[in-house]
Amino acid sequence: MSDHSSPSRPPPSAAQPSVTETYELSVNGRARSVPDAWIGESLLYVLRERLGLPGAKNACEQGECGSCSLYVDGVLLNSCCVLAADAVDADIRTVEGLGDGGHLTDVQQAFLDAGAVQCGFCIPGLIVTVHDLLDRVPDPDELQVREAISGNLCRCTGYGRILQAVEDVKLARLADPEGSS
Amino acid sequence: MSADTTGTTTRTPGVRDGLDTDAARPDGTPKVTGAFAFSSDLYAQQMLWGRTLRSPHAAARIVSIDTSAAEAMPGVAAVLTAPDVPGKATYGLEHADQPVFASDVVRYQGEAVAVVAAEHPELALRAVRAIEVVYAVTAPLTDPEAAIDAPPIHPDGNVFRHLPLRHGDIHATGEVVVEGTYEMGMQDQAFLGPESGLAIPSEDGGVELYMSTQWLHVDRDQVAACLALPAEQVRMTLAGVGGAFGAREDVSLQVHVSLLALRTNRPVKMLYSREESFHGHVHRHPAKMWFRHHADRDGTLVKVEARLVLDGGAYASSSTAVIANAVCFAGGPYRVPNAEIHGYAVRTNNPPCGAMRGFGVVQACFGHEAQMDRLAEALGMDPVELRLHNALRPGDELLTGQVITGTAPVREVIEAAVAHDLPPLPVDGESVMALPGGAGLTAERRDVRRGTGIAVSIKNLMFSEGFDDYSTAGVKLELDPRGRPIATVHCACAEVGQGFVTLAQQITRTALGVEQVLLRNADTQIGSAGSTSASRQTWMSGGAVQLACEAVQERLFERASVRSGVAVEAGRRRHFRMRDGEVVEVDGTFAMSVAELLAEGPIEEIREHHHPATEPLDEDGQGNAHVSFAFAAHRATVDVDPELGLVKVLQVATGQDIGRALNPRAVVGQIEGWIAQGVGLAVMEEILVQDGLIKNPSFTDYLIPTALDMPSVVQTVIEQPEPGAPFGAKGVGEPPTISSTPAVVAAIRAATGRELPRVPVRPQDIALT
Ligand code: FES
Ligand code: FES
Repeated sequence: MSDHSSPSRPPPSAAQPSVTETYELSVNGRARSVPDAWIGESLLYVLRERLGLPGAKNACEQGECGSCSLYVDGVLLNSCCVLAADAVDADIRTVEGLGDGGHLTDVQQAFLDAGAVQCGFCIPGLIVTVHDLLDRVPDPDELQVREAISGNLCRCTGYGRILQAVEDVKLARLADPEGSS
Repeated sequence: MSADTTGTTTRTPGVRDGLDTDAARPDGTPKVTGAFAFSSDLYAQQMLWGRTLRSPHAAARIVSIDTSAAEAMPGVAAVLTAPDVPGKATYGLEHADQPVFASDVVRYQGEAVAVVAAEHPELALRAVRAIEVVYAVTAPLTDPEAAIDAPPIHPDGNVFRHLPLRHGDIHATGEVVVEGTYEMGMQDQAFLGPESGLAIPSEDGGVELYMSTQWLHVDRDQVAACLALPAEQVRMTLAGVGGAFGAREDVSLQVHVSLLALRTNRPVKMLYSREESFHGHVHRHPAKMWFRHHADRDGTLVKVEARLVLDGGAYASSSTAVIANAVCFAGGPYRVPNAEIHGYAVRTNNPPCGAMRGFGVVQACFGHEAQMDRLAEALGMDPVELRLHNALRPGDELLTGQVITGTAPVREVIEAAVAHDLPPLPVDGESVMALPGGAGLTAERRDVRRGTGIAVSIKNLMFSEGFDDYSTAGVKLELDPRGRPIATVHCACAEVGQGFVTLAQQITRTALGVEQVLLRNADTQIGSAGSTSASRQTWMSGGAVQLACEAVQERLFERASVRSGVAVEAGRRRHFRMRDGEVVEVDGTFAMSVAELLAEGPIEEIREHHHPATEPLDEDGQGNAHVSFAFAAHRATVDVDPELGLVKVLQVATGQDIGRALNPRAVVGQIEGWIAQGVGLAVMEEILVQDGLIKNPSFTDYLIPTALDMPSVVQTVIEQPEPGAPFGAKGVGEPPTISSTPAVVAAIRAATGRELPRVPVRPQDIALT
């Protein structure tokens, strides 16, 4: 659940595209150094390929699918559309940073319980998006939920079990406001 | 607690998360935390990035290729073209007609011409751009009808297969005749996980290939042939698969990435961009179809005539099998005593087409279901009544002359689909998001028209026409370090999201009464499991796991017979059975725990599972070509804004024949997911191809249903155990996508009165015709 053990990967041994920088990112509460990286790299690429955090996915890399969803300074973003070098000084939170000490969040558990996971490629992005929705809007109606997750494509499930999972978390949180994560 | 017996499996209801339960996916937790390794997540020290140079033209001669500038770039480790292929120069799923690299001509936009490996993906992209290819562009052959007689664009000719089918009296006529021409556009599987893989050179000169695919062993064989390596030097392991739906049955980058790894002697990763993915895998065949249906006044079908032309694009892929499905099931799930069908799958310079769930039946079903509605109208009969009147039953004959020996609950699926409540009528103060056009605020409720339509389908399960698509599984039963029994299952079945990993555990738990079941990686260290397609893995690999479990059980019984002194030379099953983690003597007193019997060592067995043999089709398309059939019915309800031609699909109600729900929760998810793909094909999904060129290779322009587009789904499953099927279960993945499309289009026709002979239905088809 946390990235604390994920090693930074060594920079590629030989050539790099021209114009590289060394910079630092704050990811899941921890400072991570990004040495000698081409400045054209997206935040998604740097997390996945340089920082060993592959939880954000790369289904389109052009802002259309939501599989790369994460928080930058508390705002839900498609990380494929953000340059990593622009995210210096920002607080980046990925799916790997959602859980608490190895426990699943209520949203993660609800996805499992509802049978919302098939191939799973869309799932990390959806988990982040649903957290964002329910933290902002504790009691969304079904259309609001559908609208909120409409930027996250899923090709396997037809969304039915995902909507069920969101409903389950919503009701559980409304019943027990203290227990939510 | 008593054990009951179903088929040949001893079921011990005591074990947790066995068959018939909502057992959890073993890969569920890593998939929700982000820890699950998809093929695009793979990484190796010193890894290079591969990238493909693809033809920008649909048809051209290659005049020259100059790779020198790319090779000279710093950070570029290899640039490979056709002469660098050490083995077979071509590959292909059924016919090896596709070059690894085009060298003299290119036959479709996106055909691979060269690959590079570089230290960084951006460098690989720049190196690809630095390769200079001079093309002499030629006129592409893009009309499939014209392709039948046009000069061949490939040495193997332009017709992949012409399949005639003649059944009964082809001169029979009915009192009522309806005729129609129908068309289907090119659908993309649009899985979310892009094509990707990692190849690592091995010390013996071979290659380790980690790949998202549907069928490890045919990939391996194609890679080995092109690399001129013996099969055992190509070791493939399944990497996490982000959806498949048919698009990963063909080789994409497997040969390329392996060539690069062997040339550079370094690990190489390849990862397609979304745009490249649209060019890098086969699609659903576009179809042009003519049908003529004959019936008696009372609605009894007399004859079906059809001519089906499927555009296979530049290379064969599985076109010959796709057209067979279209032809065999052109009559639909109905009794049709007489038929003459001609199917053509042809080669053009359009993007190659192959497997996509529903596999040929999707195209035919759109045609035959539109025809059934036309016929109902001509007869003045209710469309549901007409279908019920002609519905296939067990013992009926198909167009191929094959008699249905298994279950055929066609009437039941229709009745179940229409028994569901219709969606609620609009309420005052409804959200604009509930209207066609949604947030665009383009529609007013008073202009919106509602319509409902129905469609029914038949789909063959497993491969047909004499193909022995067996599966292999190994099961090892031993004691864990704490002395408790633990089973390990090994099977090369590709888990693509459907949940085979869950099912393999459920089967093993139930068969052996153990709760701890581990799964080894799917790889080529065991025999083939066949393809994850054709709704076949529950039956084929589920059956293989079952057989291996039974073989392990036999060995336990052998040990029990030695320990107990009960002599059981033959028919051990009659003397022993499993109960709550023990082997017990039937009608006796001996009982010993599985753990105790395992103390003398582990037990491991490997078994192959074959389905009953099928036959090729004869020259009239007749023969017992198929193993088993599944049926589904869909009733769709839509709201349409006729002025702008916008459609909102409100609800799809379905009845589906599934044999038996081995994991009911997984069944619900499968049915919802595949209805989504059927709805997508009905109203939004099409690869737009103009002069052989794809106009919309992105998720910006190729639309798949979002959560806002997806209707509510209400479902009833019909559980009639299929004789001969392991556990009586039929595959559930394909039927939902087959008849949901024609049901939605029928609903739009009902709402608008338009003919709509083509899918996907575009706004202009509604608003401007
Ligand atoms: S990968 Fe970022 S939106 Fe698709
Ligand atoms: S579970 Fe496969 S894309 Fe959503």
